[in-house]
Amino acid sequence: MRMKEEFTLSVFSENHVGLLNQITNVFTRRHLNIESLTTSESAIQGIHKFTIVVFSTREEIEKVAGQIEKKIDVIKVFVYTADEIIHQEIALYKVHTEALLNGNQIETLVRQYGARILEVTPEYTVIEKTGHKHETQELFEKLDKYGVSQFTRSGRIAITKHKTEMLDKYLKKLEADNSKLN
Amino acid sequence: METQSQTAMKEKNKKAVRMTGAEAVVKSLINEGTELIFGYPGGAIMPVYDALYSYQKELHHVLVRHEQGAVHAAQGFARVTGKVGVCIVTSGPGATNAVTGIADAMIDSTPLVVISGQVGSSLLGSDAFQETDVVGITQPVTKWNYQVKRAEEIPEAIARAFYIARSGRPGPVLIDITKDAQFASLDYVYEPVKYIRSYKPVPQVDPVQVQEAARLINLAKKPMALVGQGVILARAEKELLEFIEKTGIPAAWTLLGLSAMPSEHPLNVGMLGMHGNYGPNLKTNEADLIIAIGMRFDDRVTGDLKKYAINAKVIHLEIDPAEINKNVHADVPILGSVKDSLPLLTQMVSANSHESWLEQFKACYRIEFERIIEKELSPVKPGLTMSEVVDKVSVAFDDDAIMVTDVGQHQMMASRYFRFKQSRSVVTSGGLGTMGFGLPAALGAKMGAPERPVVLFVGDGGFQMTIQELGTIFQTDSAVKIVLLNNNFLGMVRQWQELFFDKRYASTELINPDFQTIAKGYHVNSLKVDKREELDNAIKTMVAHNGPFLLEVIVEKEGNVFPMVPAGASVSDIRLE
Ligand SMILES: Cc1ncc(C[n+]2csc(CCOP(=O)(O)OP(=O)(O)O)c2C)c(N)n1
Repeated sequence: MRMKEEFTLSVFSENHVGLLNQITNVFTRRHLNIESLTTSESAIQGIHKFTIVVFSTREEIEKVAGQIEKKIDVIKVFVYTADEIIHQEIALYKVHTEALLNGNQIETLVRQYGARILEVTPEYTVIEKTGHKHETQELFEKLDKYGVSQFTRSGRIAITKHKTEMLDKYLKKLEADNSKLN
Repeated sequence: METQSQTAMKEKNKKAVRMTGAEAVVKSLINEGTELIFGYPGGAIMPVYDALYSYQKELHHVLVRHEQGAVHAAQGFARVTGKVGVCIVTSGPGATNAVTGIADAMIDSTPLVVISGQVGSSLLGSDAFQETDVVGITQPVTKWNYQVKRAEEIPEAIARAFYIARSGRPGPVLIDITKDAQFASLDYVYEPVKYIRSYKPVPQVDPVQVQEAARLINLAKKPMALVGQGVILARAEKELLEFIEKTGIPAAWTLLGLSAMPSEHPLNVGMLGMHGNYGPNLKTNEADLIIAIGMRFDDRVTGDLKKYAINAKVIHLEIDPAEINKNVHADVPILGSVKDSLPLLTQMVSANSHESWLEQFKACYRIEFERIIEKELSPVKPGLTMSEVVDKVSVAFDDDAIMVTDVGQHQMMASRYFRFKQSRSVVTSGGLGTMGFGLPAALGAKMGAPERPVVLFVGDGGFQMTIQELGTIFQTDSAVKIVLLNNNFLGMVRQWQELFFDKRYASTELINPDFQTIAKGYHVNSLKVDKREELDNAIKTMVAHNGPFLLEVIVEKEGNVFPMVPAGASVSDIRLE
């Protein structure tokens, strides 16, 4: 067996109903667990972006990418390893305000981890931290000593380190190919 | 000043004709050149049927007996003509009945447009009468699908459907249309789709790869070509022959590549895969170069991938990028249509011949002939073999009929022993192996190529899966010649039980009806044969008969198909008995 590693897929598509289902199906058929998934508009109007994190082998992930790209409404799929991208997740923690007021440990943690306090009410306080998964997890474990009543983490969002924008380049090429046709 | 697009808009509106969504469906089909559709009516599609009533001259509708039959018939039509097959079904059970055929078309790359009716858009999601999530159900088995909820969307949705179904690697497309969209009115203008931004049907051939492939071909001592349906779909039969004739490379074919080259061509070395010929299977692991042409290395072809093509470099000519490296690693992938890539390759390779290598295939054939083929074609036992029937029927049609098969032993025997002179002469369910495919597909094939004889080989099991389509054959008076190879068993499963399950024949023996009585009920003439002496005359009668005909042949009960690469074994482990 080849080594499994973490891959981040950037899938660019037309904004059509039902596409998410089509994309996740490719993973389901191969029994691949999706670690995280986010979707949003991309920088280009009308083009949607899915960021998907999975553990797999290079060989398999290339096949997955090919099968996703084959979907009619998918424009392009890029496969990245961790070192090719800058990525973040956001986490929210809900703690009892009482715990915050009982000493300065929580505030110290917030400062130490570069987190911030979003909202304080007499009952609860919401803390926000952006970072890699292991960082937000670590803060959770530290805070939990003082009681975290809710914890939630977003899926990954990612930006490439490439100097040129791969999708722009691809779209330009598409346009050029098309004008050659007509 | 008017912008260009405003001008275009105005132009468009001038041409527009006001009509209902239902009529727009029919008009769009006609605009795409459709002359024939297969279907079955029901509540949610009634407005379209009503519109069809007004266009009977332009668009002929064939009323099948089950929606699965409609799709298989459309597949048969598409496979022999190369055109898009069109079906139309109602919502709920109508659409779900069509799913098997759609899945079959997907895996065998057959261009189809399936139109399904849907409940009114206000009822969507409410578990309304005959509502099913057809778009959800068919999503994994269509090349594309779409639900239309407004009449104005109809022309464009259908235009896209045809473009997607027929371009690139073909496949089935489903358009689900709500009933209110069929009733509502729109300003109809039809513009065929020629481009979709997110879809690149035919990749451009990379000349660098072609060059590298040519280099490998020129160096190879034991090259072998594997011919798939891609050649037929691209209409590249001539380009294929030019390539193999210049290089002298022995060419074997997959089940769906059958008839891409003439059976008697000296470089045609036979069928690949589980029940293929001895030589091409065995030699796959001796070849030093494999040139895969429009085929996808299905597991029925490759057997154990770890012991496949072990001495060979692989050149893969393929239109679908997702097939490259999917099963077998390609040392040199050549993306694009083989219609484009083959001539480039032919230009670059040096003329060659591989006499002694080809001789090795012939030697294998002699072994196979002695051990298997001779006994099959000239048996000494009294029981009729499927092979001898297939062989005689082939001769009776001058080796130039369209052969349709169902699924099972007879399918393998038909593919092994029927012979062909021209392409697009085979309609069979390869990737899905759908029993019940044969009869309706034969009907569709005959309607697609009325000038050619169409002969169906079918087993007693599969025949009964869609036997009701005899009604459609009768109603359309389609001269399909049905050869029922009756062993009173689910033969292929019984063979596996014999070989791999200690002859424990669990639920494979059939107590069959009197098929001649059934044929009679459908006004189809028939003959039944169980003796060798009667066979020739019966075949003659069938061929001479003007109209559909059922020839039932009682064949030996426990005949087996050999050679055989057992499931999961290597192609080198091919068994002769
Ligand atoms: C719809 C469907 N169900 C089950 C099977 C599994 N199967 C493959 S071959 C076969 C037996 C076919 O028997 P018959 O039609 O009599 O043909 P024969 O093999 O005897 O030629 C079966 C059951 C299948 N391929 N398709």
